[in-house]
Amino acid sequence: MSTATDYKRKQLAGRGIPVTGNDIDTDRIIPARFLKAVTFEGMGEHAFEDARKQNPEHPFNSPAYKGASVLVVGQNFGCGSSREHAPQALMRWGIGAIVGGSFGEIFFGNCVMLGIPCLVASQADLEWLQKAIERDPKGVVSVDVEKQEVRFGDRVIKATVPDGPRNQLVNGTWDSTAVLLDAGAAIEATAGKLPYVKGF
Amino acid sequence: MARTLLDKVWEAHSVRTLPSGQTQLLIGLHLIHEVTTPQAFQMLKELKLKVRMPERTFGTLDHIIPTTDQTRPYADPMAEDMAAHMYKNMKDFGLNLFDMATGKQGIVHVIGPELGLTQPGMTIACGDSHTSTHGAVGAIAFGIGTTQVRDVLATQCLSMAKPKLRQVRVDGALAKGVYAKDVILAIINQLGVKGGVGFAYEYAGPVIERMTMEERLTVCNMSIEGGARFGYVNPDATTIDYLRGRPHAPQGAAFDRAAAWWKSVATEPEAKFDDVKRIDGAALEPVVTWGINPEMSVGVGQRIPAPDSKPEAERPTYREALAHMGFEAGQAIKGTKIDVAFVGSCTNGRLSDLRIAAEVAKKGKVAKHVRALIVPGSQQVAKAAEAEGLHEIFQAAGFQWRKAGCSMCLGMNDDKLQGREMSASSSNRNFIGRQGSPTGRTLLMSPAMVAAAAINGVVTDVREVLK
Repeated sequence: MSTATDYKRKQLAGRGIPVTGNDIDTDRIIPARFLKAVTFEGMGEHAFEDARKQNPEHPFNSPAYKGASVLVVGQNFGCGSSREHAPQALMRWGIGAIVGGSFGEIFFGNCVMLGIPCLVASQADLEWLQKAIERDPKGVVSVDVEKQEVRFGDRVIKATVPDGPRNQLVNGTWDSTAVLLDAGAAIEATAGKLPYVKGF
Repeated sequence: MARTLLDKVWEAHSVRTLPSGQTQLLIGLHLIHEVTTPQAFQMLKELKLKVRMPERTFGTLDHIIPTTDQTRPYADPMAEDMAAHMYKNMKDFGLNLFDMATGKQGIVHVIGPELGLTQPGMTIACGDSHTSTHGAVGAIAFGIGTTQVRDVLATQCLSMAKPKLRQVRVDGALAKGVYAKDVILAIINQLGVKGGVGFAYEYAGPVIERMTMEERLTVCNMSIEGGARFGYVNPDATTIDYLRGRPHAPQGAAFDRAAAWWKSVATEPEAKFDDVKRIDGAALEPVVTWGINPEMSVGVGQRIPAPDSKPEAERPTYREALAHMGFEAGQAIKGTKIDVAFVGSCTNGRLSDLRIAAEVAKKGKVAKHVRALIVPGSQQVAKAAEAEGLHEIFQAAGFQWRKAGCSMCLGMNDDKLQGREMSASSSNRNFIGRQGSPTGRTLLMSPAMVAAAAINGVVTDVREVLK
């Protein structure tokens, strides 16, 4: 078993990969036919599979971005289906943090459950960061979840995470089963007060 | 201070405030299906945990099952394996499964309300984004991922932040030929696919109040398409009448006590919202999507907008949409040739949807070049439709009458688009590749509009067919 400290997601540094465009949905990240497997294993190789086939220039096809761990996206990334297969595919491809303009909320929540911080930056900063990474794919993107900033080269941009998920990520409590179980009998007590549980 | 339904339901289900500042929220009803659960059960086994409140979880088979021959083993070995895992997990953990043998199987968001499992004042979670559907009865209902399914199984709770609340008021009255689907597509068009991020939607106003429960289910279903993780309608007389007599609803005197509590969770008249948006229901015409996300829609009489008419940041997505769909800006949507017509899904696969589609189907025959599928949302919907003879109307007109399931909404079974086929669909997503072909194209519309397109072979104003 890992110790609690392994779960802390305060900082992460790695090479970046830009995926431009808004409203990239989870069907695009992982088409439904890959949801037929009963495990998440091997999901990484299918990330953006159809988009990659249709567009040879897709960043996930480019050798320049192989080994990247910080994904930089546009607005409303991960909208649509709740399929956790989407963040699972990205994580298993190697992504450890995502910087974007906004995120589909279920996708965002799924990322938290996997310890993947999704940070929100301004449109202007995102466009700069995507271009900067394209110019220098070997450059290191440093993501600081605790300080809510992202550094590339000598420039630092603001990148926020709402308080609750940030606390979970920074304190290593995002893998939440144990945290929720800690409530103990308070769970049954809350249920017992609900008319539809105790019986009308 | 006057409170909203969201305030009341959230507070009643709050177990505690977590160290992160989020709420530990009790989940009153957990619905599961075969596709997003096997990994969750596996994690539970690895953690050596049981299901905390097994009587509060109900499952069904919907996403992967065939809608033709449902005899097991299924022809697709992966579908068979997934179904086998579902049966085994439900048995191992002592959970209720509505499979085909029960006569109650169907799309999870169709059977929840139909069986009376879904009730006002509940918190409801399911590993499926269209869980927002259940908000129609006045519940807080939202989609979750598989690791969260594990948490609900193990703890009956989730770690959640309370969203802001926007009231979406639909004023006026709908014209003939304009349906609940047109209302929600218009809302998404006006507020955008990311307009609801960070918000829950309370749907209100005369148009919503006059809607039947099935119409409200259609509206709430697509809340997630507008970026809102959930949406709801306050419980009222329509809600209570809908639930009366349903197998899992309280019975007899208990029903009256339940009804009193259900009414008490509704938003109070003086309650404040973080935002209010108004839609003019009287101005709506039948809506058709033309692009690659559900905000890209026009009234059936309108033309496809030019990317330059949109804010600069949106233009690349609009250009991508035109390229994928093979459309030109300024082109009329009416008259667009279709290859496939699909009536079904958790958005529009209920009895009232099939009745409307059948009314249109009586007016002609499916065009020769069109493959048309009617997929009931549940076994009970199918049975009720057959009792009314709807299946015969459809079959006489050249539609295929299928068995209940998610089918071509997401193409996880054999019901898929081929190549660049153009589909008129009563489902909820027109994303690239959504209906099973990476190059397939989807036009979302109401069931009546799908049936009209099937008959004419092109996108048609259903009001002209129903004249």
